Amino acid sequence: MTAATPLSKEARRARRLARFKKQYGNNWQLYLMLLLPVIWLFIFCYLPMTGIQIAFKDFKIRQGIWGSPWVGFENFERFFTSYQFTRVLKNTLLISLYSLVASFPLPIVLALSLNVVRKAAYKKFVQMVTYIPHFISVIVIVGMILQMFNSRIGLYGTVYTALTGQQAPDILSKASAFPHLYVWSGVWQEVGWGSIIYLSALSAVDPALHEAAIVDGASRFKRVLVLDLPTVLPTATIMLIMNAGRIMTVGFEKVYLMQNDLNLTTSEIISTYVYKVSLGPTGGDFSLGAAIGLFNSVINLILILLVNAVTKRMGGTSLW
Amino acid sequence: MTKAVIHKTKVKDPLDDRIFYIVVYVILGLLTLITLYPLIYIVSASFSDPFSVLAGKVVFFPVGFSLEGYNRIFSNDRVLTGFINSIFYTTAGTAVNIVMTVLAAYPLSRKELKGGSVVMVLFTFTMIFNAGMIPNYVLMKDLHLLDTRWVMILPAAISAYNMIIARTFFSANIPRELLEAAQMDGCSDFKFLLSIVIPLSKAILAVLVMFYATVHWNSYFNAFLYLSSDELYPLQIILRDILITAQTAASDTSDAESALEIQGLAESMKYSLMIVSTIPMMCIYPFAQKYFTQGVMIGSIKG
Repeated sequence: MTAATPLSKEARRARRLARFKKQYGNNWQLYLMLLLPVIWLFIFCYLPMTGIQIAFKDFKIRQGIWGSPWVGFENFERFFTSYQFTRVLKNTLLISLYSLVASFPLPIVLALSLNVVRKAAYKKFVQMVTYIPHFISVIVIVGMILQMFNSRIGLYGTVYTALTGQQAPDILSKASAFPHLYVWSGVWQEVGWGSIIYLSALSAVDPALHEAAIVDGASRFKRVLVLDLPTVLPTATIMLIMNAGRIMTVGFEKVYLMQNDLNLTTSEIISTYVYKVSLGPTGGDFSLGAAIGLFNSVINLILILLVNAVTKRMGGTSLW
Repeated sequence: MTKAVIHKTKVKDPLDDRIFYIVVYVILGLLTLITLYPLIYIVSASFSDPFSVLAGKVVFFPVGFSLEGYNRIFSNDRVLTGFINSIFYTTAGTAVNIVMTVLAAYPLSRKELKGGSVVMVLFTFTMIFNAGMIPNYVLMKDLHLLDTRWVMILPAAISAYNMIIARTFFSANIPRELLEAAQMDGCSDFKFLLSIVIPLSKAILAVLVMFYATVHWNSYFNAFLYLSSDELYPLQIILRDILITAQTAASDTSDAESALEIQGLAESMKYSLMIVSTIPMMCIYPFAQKYFTQGVMIGSIKG
């Protein structure tokens, strides 16, 4: 750049255009590729966010999102003061904490055990079998639960009757049994799948370390404790913390399918309640549903950001 | 590999090791058995005489072999329509998923793309914040997508998580030199994507196909919220009606005798329905096992 030789307007514009072309022109095809996904992203992910205002309005379908009158925090107040508030909050937290604790250790035990097995065929077989349930749809899983735990015709009922000679109590409509059925069927379904991530962590153990330990006379069990376990521990911590960030997210699908009128005291959670007050057969209150949904989303967001900050501090493994 | 060699050089395991191995094999055996038993029970029940199932005679093997349940399924119009719809949603939906995901992931994997990081942030944000059930429903309504086949395909066209997996794969596995050489020869970005990137990325494409296809086949949430016509319903909704809604209705009946009577026939269908609806997943399972684990591992190494 030689001093301030005044360039004509045209020359400057031409230079700017050339620079612009160099920066974007070469890559125009890449932008063209991105066009469709970005349009999709705005329509299906960001456009609904304008609908969040429903939570602060008295939404009438006829008047639409923008035309309905504002009511401030009235919908939130209605939720916080209703008797359902503590119930759904408590149930959501209870179910997710319970599944967090119950589903955490077993995949680790499975991975550690699989890693010990020396017969490749046996290892393959166990893996093959334990991954299967992951591919079964939630409807079929719930269908299986309802069939097998039916107190009259299910396996549970017939075994109970065979052992005690009495009709089995109906546990499917017992509120106190709901969390156990929900959580343990989930553990059954995901234990194998959950072990994959730990197995991949274990494959990173340097075989030389095992050799050295054998030379030092360490038993296999000892090697699991001092070599394998410390290897999966960081992964395990991260999984635990990440799941903790999802503590307010209990999927709608399975809970809704397992609900019946008799177990609602333990099975009504935030997402099913949102559905019922708004879109369900007896619902219709869109504003209340949107408010509860927003309340849940914001808490989730805060939790995940918190968790991310914690993992970042712990060892740089951030979610993004 | 090395581990096996180490062990072969040893003549015999010491006693404590042998005990430990036995304990491990027992733990694994138990886990396998617990996983397998309900599956075997369902399969056996589906091939058994419905009244033997109701009487609790089926414990492990089929009792009074019968294909009645399967007969009833294949003569049930709702099940057949649902099956065909599900196949359509799964294939069409997965095709759209793959095209859209690659179109997003590839450009975003190129470092020289200005503004790419902004798009990444926008995608990532959708993973941690959702507008919620109601705003989404109102949008589908405003877009006139309710109760159309589109609503099963468009809203779920890209999963941000899968897109990020693909992007990680592209940036790690497509060498920069390859792009430069191709550009030297005047290869355009579209041509490069189609004739070089795609053939080199079969592994990740297989992972994506399977991730997306299982979700399409197994999910019922979108159909449940957005569809209302029988002829559009995917199989999972029909399954819900037969397996779950009917079930609760029957257990509400106080008269045990008549309930048993009604159930007898319906029951024969339920187990075979579970089998038939899960078979497509089990068909892709052998491939899935190989690629899914790979996918999970790519997913765990974030870019």
